[in-house]
Amino acid sequence: MIDVEDLTKSFNGNLVLDNLCLHVGDGETIVVIGRSGCGKSVLLKHIVGLLRPDSGRVVVRGQDITQLSERRLDEVRRHFGVVFQGAALFDSLTVAENVAFGLIQHSRMKRNEIDQKVAYCLDLVGMNGAQDKMPAELSGGMKKRVALARAIAFDPTIILYDEPTTGLDPIMADAINELIVCLGKKLSVTSIAVTHDMKSAYKIADRIAMLHNGKIIAVGTPDEIENSPNPVVQQFIQGKAEGPIPQCADAERGKAKP
Amino acid sequence: MANLVTHIGTKATAFLLELAAVTRLLVSTVALVFTAPPKWRHISAQMFSMGVLSLPVVLVTGAFMGMVVAAQSYYLLHKMTMEVAIGPLVSLSMANELGPVITAVILAGRVGASMAAELGTMKVTEQIDALRAMATSPTRYLVVPRFISAIFMVPLLTAFGIFIGIAGGALVAIALKGVNAAYFMQYMYYYTEASDLRTGLVKSAVFGGIIVIVACHRGFAAEGGAEGVGKAATRTMVISCIVILIVDFFLDMLLLY
Repeated sequence: MIDVEDLTKSFNGNLVLDNLCLHVGDGETIVVIGRSGCGKSVLLKHIVGLLRPDSGRVVVRGQDITQLSERRLDEVRRHFGVVFQGAALFDSLTVAENVAFGLIQHSRMKRNEIDQKVAYCLDLVGMNGAQDKMPAELSGGMKKRVALARAIAFDPTIILYDEPTTGLDPIMADAINELIVCLGKKLSVTSIAVTHDMKSAYKIADRIAMLHNGKIIAVGTPDEIENSPNPVVQQFIQGKAEGPIPQCADAERGKAKP
Repeated sequence: MANLVTHIGTKATAFLLELAAVTRLLVSTVALVFTAPPKWRHISAQMFSMGVLSLPVVLVTGAFMGMVVAAQSYYLLHKMTMEVAIGPLVSLSMANELGPVITAVILAGRVGASMAAELGTMKVTEQIDALRAMATSPTRYLVVPRFISAIFMVPLLTAFGIFIGIAGGALVAIALKGVNAAYFMQYMYYYTEASDLRTGLVKSAVFGGIIVIVACHRGFAAEGGAEGVGKAATRTMVISCIVILIVDFFLDMLLLY
């Protein structure tokens, strides 16, 4: 479904992704873990074509999207739903308009059909009834739910989650995890989530991949990762300050933000 | 010395890259105006915020600009007993130069800076990425409606500014300085031609386009949170004003002679 091959990207001389390779199978939920600033979001943005790599390929449904024009990329992007770290809801639009955005822009659905679809998607995430609220009126968890509803509204085959539980209280984080698992089953989509929240990773992942120093250093089922002999993986999943991962990774490698 | 040359080289490269990016945005915006025009409701919303909400400030500044020109010119022309020339002086300077330029500078501050801040906030909160991820061109969705709106609303606002400026000038000359009203009007009509107003309105349409393209470019380039958004707004104001004055000179050369 998605093949990331030898992906390399640097910002201002800081190498963020270094010949990174990753395969994501059809219908699979893979979680990419790694420290803050290690390049997880950068990887996600390459997968949906928001960033162009310095070298390497991202093959989505058999098509190398790194070579596509912006117009051709838009055709590929219609298969994606993306939940951004801060939800990225459009401030000036209501919840309903946010969820309906892709449908209004790209479908020929009638107004009442769009309204029904919006209600269905909001219902799936437990937010039906909030159609007329503005994003500023919502809590962090509610924004994430609406972002989820927006991501699934256009019936994507691939959903990308950027830190879906960051900044949420444990109960809301668990509710979002439940939602991701539930949506994966109901909609039969391929999902890629990036997170440093191990609880979330164990809950939603079919496979977990660890990103460190620009490379995927371990891939496996949650059990395999939990029992990995790799000291870097063990330090990260156990959340220990002492170990092979330097405590100030951002300062050492340059923060991996475009 | 080597450091100075390197510094100048770096700045020159950055300037050229920025100029190339602005030109690309302008070209793609103009192309999209014709190939994929936005929905009317998006344009009308921009027209309202850009035009209707800017009208009070344009009227106030336009009126006082006309009054200042009349007062200043009376100071000199009175000594030469040529007070009747105040009429054409106010109307020509407002129609050709002050109306378009002052309106554009005011709008660069009121509209351009807020546009840059809005788009900059969208950029740093990943809303622009969200648009692209949803297969929607930010240029088409955000820039084109603003561009079309500015092309129509800035000349309209300028026309209001010119009219109120001339009225303000007439008020000062006739009511405060005692210039003969008949002469004032007669000389104004005699020396002011429709082409003068046309020149001003053409210039103002160009200025409107400049404000939007600079604001959107700076907004899209914003990074680093609130500080980046603030810088985008400030730079929009500064760059727009400089570009407006430079372009004004060349348009004058082109349109007046």
